[in-house]
Amino acid sequence: MSLLEIQDLQVTYRGTQGDVPAVRGVDLVVEAGQTLGIAGESGCGKSTLATAVLRLLPRSATVTGQIRLEDQDILAMTWGQVRAVRWAKAAIVFQGAMHGLNPVRRVGEQIGEPIRIHENVESREVSSRVNGLLEQVGLPAARARAYPHQLSGGQRQRVMIAMALACRPQLIIADEPTTALDVMVQAQVLKVLKDLINETGVGLIFISHDLSVLAETCDRVAVMYAGRMVETGPSQTIFTDPLHPYSAALAGAFPRIGDPAFRYAPAGLPGDPPFPGDLPSGCTFHPRCARAIDVCQTSDVELVPLGLGRMAACLRVSEGVL
Amino acid sequence: MAIQSQGFGQSTHAEKRSWFRRNRDLSKFVLAKLGGGVLTLLFVVIFNFFLFRMMPGDPVGLYNRGRNQDPVQLAKLRAALNRPIWDQFVTYMRNPFAETIDSTRFSRPVWGLIGDRLWPTVLLVGTAIVLASIIGVWIGIRAGWTPGGRFDRISTGFTLILYSMPEFWLGLVLLIVFAVGAFGIPGLFPTGGMISPGLSGGSLRGVLDTGWHLALPCLTLTLVYLAEYSLIMRASVVDELGQDYLTTARAKGLLDSDVRRRHAVPNALLPTMTLIFMNLGFVVGGAITVETVYSWPGLGLLSYDAIKGPDIPLLQAAFLLFSFAVIIANVTADLLYAYLDPRVRP
Ligand SMILES: Nc1ncnc2c1ncn2[C@@H]1O[C@H](COP(=O)(O)OP(=O)(O)O)[C@@H](O)[C@H]1O
Ligand SMILES: [Mg+2]
Repeated sequence: MSLLEIQDLQVTYRGTQGDVPAVRGVDLVVEAGQTLGIAGESGCGKSTLATAVLRLLPRSATVTGQIRLEDQDILAMTWGQVRAVRWAKAAIVFQGAMHGLNPVRRVGEQIGEPIRIHENVESREVSSRVNGLLEQVGLPAARARAYPHQLSGGQRQRVMIAMALACRPQLIIADEPTTALDVMVQAQVLKVLKDLINETGVGLIFISHDLSVLAETCDRVAVMYAGRMVETGPSQTIFTDPLHPYSAALAGAFPRIGDPAFRYAPAGLPGDPPFPGDLPSGCTFHPRCARAIDVCQTSDVELVPLGLGRMAACLRVSEGVL
Repeated sequence: MAIQSQGFGQSTHAEKRSWFRRNRDLSKFVLAKLGGGVLTLLFVVIFNFFLFRMMPGDPVGLYNRGRNQDPVQLAKLRAALNRPIWDQFVTYMRNPFAETIDSTRFSRPVWGLIGDRLWPTVLLVGTAIVLASIIGVWIGIRAGWTPGGRFDRISTGFTLILYSMPEFWLGLVLLIVFAVGAFGIPGLFPTGGMISPGLSGGSLRGVLDTGWHLALPCLTLTLVYLAEYSLIMRASVVDELGQDYLTTARAKGLLDSDVRRRHAVPNALLPTMTLIFMNLGFVVGGAITVETVYSWPGLGLLSYDAIKGPDIPLLQAAFLLFSFAVIIANVTADLLYAYLDPRVRP
């Protein structure tokens, strides 16, 4: 039994301006204690995928496919069952670190809240656990009395991480947890996150648009483009030897200082990601792809296993192998 | 290690020091707000003196109009007003609330007159504000939580109509329908006043009778305030809807009603609370139009009568009182906001 199994997940936002298929058939598996990175430009459906796991999408979104968390079918649950799973089994560290905390409540109260909801424990025990959680993420226990605005961005993100750990979930989904932070703080928060993953053995889905961060943090990486996975595989190989042209562009978008190869091959990707409401035909990446040929405009592509646990959805790549 | 902490965290030495510093900042903040209030009061007191001395007309002539006043009184009044203006100013500033000149309309000391009318106004406007804030906030929360829903469409339509209706007009309509009787409805409520003649406010019957007189004017004012409170509360709740911290709260497994109650409402309540507290300043001012429509013997009706005169000594006293009430309510609202919102707190 895998910790999380997603099969053919499709999420479409229905709106007055037409439908927006934000996630178009995603399969993924996270084993207990494993870390999976999801990479992709902004707008490719990463957050939609993350929020779908706990059924937190707005009412305008229709979801089909299957999401199994510890073998329980999330999409078939009643709302009461969903609420019981939320945070107790899987917690989310949201993208908006700045606004993810309630500005008028003390952070200790907010970290303790899920414990109080899901477990029947005394308030003394709750506060001592909150203190422990804060220390785990490297904050003094006394910060429990602080309000969010009294903390720095990095401290707030640590509070979010502490909060995610509150009910000792099996799975944590971190949606761009470090994106809004400056580089130094980003490194600190990443270290906190990595240490906790190692200590607690919790499963992690780490979402980021920065492939280098994922390569450092995760066991496996999935690269997402326009609502689909275009490449999956062990994180280091995707970063150093990407198969899909899009992964290659992502890997090159964050040059490693001191590596001459990156200096001579600037891999800026032309254009913007397509709007999901108006997708190109064939391979959705073809208008931006330097290696695109005529068939790419018409022929649909699927993930093809390419050995060594790697898969890619690119005709040029699979044709070279076949 | 045994867990010895009760509550969150233990104060280290540094934490204690910062606690003292915070408290010093807090007293500074409170003093600054109070100081600002006192300065405004002082300005109002001074302004109030000159405003009524710049008005045209002869107060003594008004005093004597149509009536035969006691010549001794008249002479006293004339003497008081003929003193040099700076002399008058010094006397006034010594005690702005002193009884110097009687009301020209009622021939009574002005503060005594105001004192008699204070209680009916506080009863009427106070009741209306309390009712309106409870009901209005409740409506605003429900409507704002599911904007565009059925409750929202009905309640917002209703409150918008109320909000755009002049309050005296609403008062007149209610008066005609429920007090005079119309459309087959018999007159259920009295058309004016606060208590039936012959009853005393001390007896049980008197109290019930006052409640009966209170019903319509209080309903009018409640509807007027309620419309404003619920529209503002609704807008504040709608503003919070998309906020990330609400998604966090939902992700934690909270019931929708708890997400609303524990997270959205405390944030959305801030602007409405400020408005309600600022309106408390007008409790004393009374509701001039509604009190006039229902001949409710409060400060609003008194002001209306004083303006008709014009009864300058009475107006001067009433202005002073209203300004004080509004300024004090404003300062309270400022302090309350800081108490409720940690971001404003020093
Ligand atoms: N509530 C929504 N209603 C309609 N469209 C949405 C909504 N949320 C996201 N989208 C659209 O879905 C697509 C994917 O968004 P998102 O999952 O946030 O991407 P990412 O997290 O990768 O930046 C975007 O094109 C976005 O405009
Ligand atoms: Mg996102």
